[in-house]
Amino acid sequence: MTLGCGVPRSAALFKKADQGNSDVQRTLFDKVWDSHVVAEMGDGYQLLHVDRNLLHDLSGGKALADLEARGLSVRSPSLNVAVPDHAISSAPGRHATSTDISARLAPIFRQRAEAAGIRYFDVNDPEQGIVHVIGPELGLTLPGLMITCGDSHTSTQGAVGAIAFGIGSTELLHVLATQTIVQAKPKRMRVRFDGALGAGVTPKDMILHLIGQIGAAGGDGHALEYAGPAIEALDIEGRLTICNMSIECGAKMGMIAPDDTTFSYLAGRPFAPKGVIWDRAIATWRGLPTDEEAIFDTEIVVDTGLIAPQITWGTSPEHVAGVVDRVPDPADAADTAQKTAWEAALDYIGLTPGAPLEGTAVDHVFIGSCTNSRISDLRHAAKIADGRKVADGVSAWVVPGSQSVKRQAEAEGLDRVFEAAGFQWREPGCSQCVAANGEVVAPGKRAISTTNRNFVGRQGPQARTHLASPTMAAAAAVTGCITDVRKLMDT
Amino acid sequence: MQPFISISGPAAPLMAANVDTDVIIRIERLSDFGRDQLAPYAFEAWRFRPDGAEQPDFVLNQDAFRSAPILLAGRNFGCGSSREGAVWALNCIGVRAVIAPSFGGIFRNNCYQNGTLPVVLPEEVIDGFAAIARTQPEAPFTVDLDRQVVVPPNGKPVPFEIDALRRRGLMAGQDDLGLTAQYAEQISDFQKRDQVDRPWVWIDEGLQKN
Repeated sequence: MTLGCGVPRSAALFKKADQGNSDVQRTLFDKVWDSHVVAEMGDGYQLLHVDRNLLHDLSGGKALADLEARGLSVRSPSLNVAVPDHAISSAPGRHATSTDISARLAPIFRQRAEAAGIRYFDVNDPEQGIVHVIGPELGLTLPGLMITCGDSHTSTQGAVGAIAFGIGSTELLHVLATQTIVQAKPKRMRVRFDGALGAGVTPKDMILHLIGQIGAAGGDGHALEYAGPAIEALDIEGRLTICNMSIECGAKMGMIAPDDTTFSYLAGRPFAPKGVIWDRAIATWRGLPTDEEAIFDTEIVVDTGLIAPQITWGTSPEHVAGVVDRVPDPADAADTAQKTAWEAALDYIGLTPGAPLEGTAVDHVFIGSCTNSRISDLRHAAKIADGRKVADGVSAWVVPGSQSVKRQAEAEGLDRVFEAAGFQWREPGCSQCVAANGEVVAPGKRAISTTNRNFVGRQGPQARTHLASPTMAAAAAVTGCITDVRKLMDT
Repeated sequence: MQPFISISGPAAPLMAANVDTDVIIRIERLSDFGRDQLAPYAFEAWRFRPDGAEQPDFVLNQDAFRSAPILLAGRNFGCGSSREGAVWALNCIGVRAVIAPSFGGIFRNNCYQNGTLPVVLPEEVIDGFAAIARTQPEAPFTVDLDRQVVVPPNGKPVPFEIDALRRRGLMAGQDDLGLTAQYAEQISDFQKRDQVDRPWVWIDEGLQKN
């Protein structure tokens, strides 16, 4: 069975490269990684310097407290940045203590960050937003950097040519105390998107399609590099969406070579270098892209032109299909582990094998998250919402990714477009993507979300999540069911 | 951190692919409870029905597996969120070793920080273990890190690979902070050099607090 349209899952997709990398021909990943090795630890492990460590409210305050409890302090405060995003309310008029969880976390987080000399962007500061949205937006995220954060979607920030990955609580303590991290070097995988995107198809569809093809563990043990004409044609926001979901195919990090698109995006951002240092930086960054003859452990080629708008049907991001496809039958699963997972997924999500995905009634729509909450996402969704109404019985939220995105959207009148259509226009944060702030999708309700995870209970106990692009989400909001957005687009 | 040398006991088969850390522990439980208070919430979406009653079909609700120290799992176990609470939750219900064909990368690193052993073995070997566990639920498996073997009940030891550095850390009960203490001087040298080589990383007027 082929899930979705496009390239079928097949061994031919995986072109095994020759072993070994020559000394001179290196990948983008190797160049960045190698330049951060502080010490060889033996057994293939290296101690790597961390250039930016980002703290958020769920684990940041706790990590700083644990650090103190171990008798340690923050080694390089100026390379750390803190922002509350996960547990804060997204309700209009919110403040740091608007949710119970945030009331417990945010004040202590602020106090501890400031005591440690770490820059803190507070809940309603002009720079606040989802940590992976504000990193690139403020120019904190730069090409060639090594970036960590106690959040798996840190992979997002690889889109400008950085190595960026999520770490656990103890690793976070390690970074705070030493500004380094212990890692074994992963293998390299290149995913080349050939061709060009069809109408109504977005970067979100590219990455969902890839995850469907290689599976939720397809990138396990690898650092991904996305390349090819369809990647080069993307703006930085689209690239951020792609790299964001690297972790959903099992790769901790995904990156894209910096190019002129990257440099013009970063130029003039508040924390990006200026003047002669900017010129020096650019000269260095131009040397980062993968050398012509560099070898990858695995190469995958995707025919971008064959990708249809994607929608997930189960409880793993690999449970994805084209919107025109049908719900798969567990009888067609490749093996027992997959069959077990598919059966459990369909039971949870409440869909029947063989039923068309399009036309499935939805209860809620969520547009937001570090995957799809940037200004271009909101512009595209607003275009679908403009002049239409959210369907009866459907609730719909738009949660901009940052204060900056929100200001820009309001300057363009997008908030009024959404509100006129019946969407709620809310404050920046993670909100219903992780549902850590009490903002959940009600039990048993079906949501179309522009987020990154359709896991069991991710958006709240018994909530049913379908992942899709912002335009697909907006289309579902106005029709009340899963809809091929191409039918609502002006031609 | 508790050292890991060798453990013996029942092995609970939880064989679906892609068990994610969200389903191991819900995010808000980690804000509400300490790392040693998570036992009631581990796998709660699967262990309990919406009305709070136990879901009798779920493997960890079967008497033999309630306090199984070993979990047999499908590929990509612990994928998804970086939350270390997933490992804490497993520790809270007594799980010290997980045997799977592959693991989520961040989860695997988190295991090493908490005295939990992730064992990678081929899917067919684990399927064989699961078949034994289903027919003889109480029969003890042994996971021996010292000898790097898994010994099924009345069976032949199956060797597994683990990076030497990780094996050493687990056996010594030492997390990464313990490993790195000796590198302080190299870190200082790197940072001094880097401030000259890549000043844009270190732009203080930008990054330092107002």
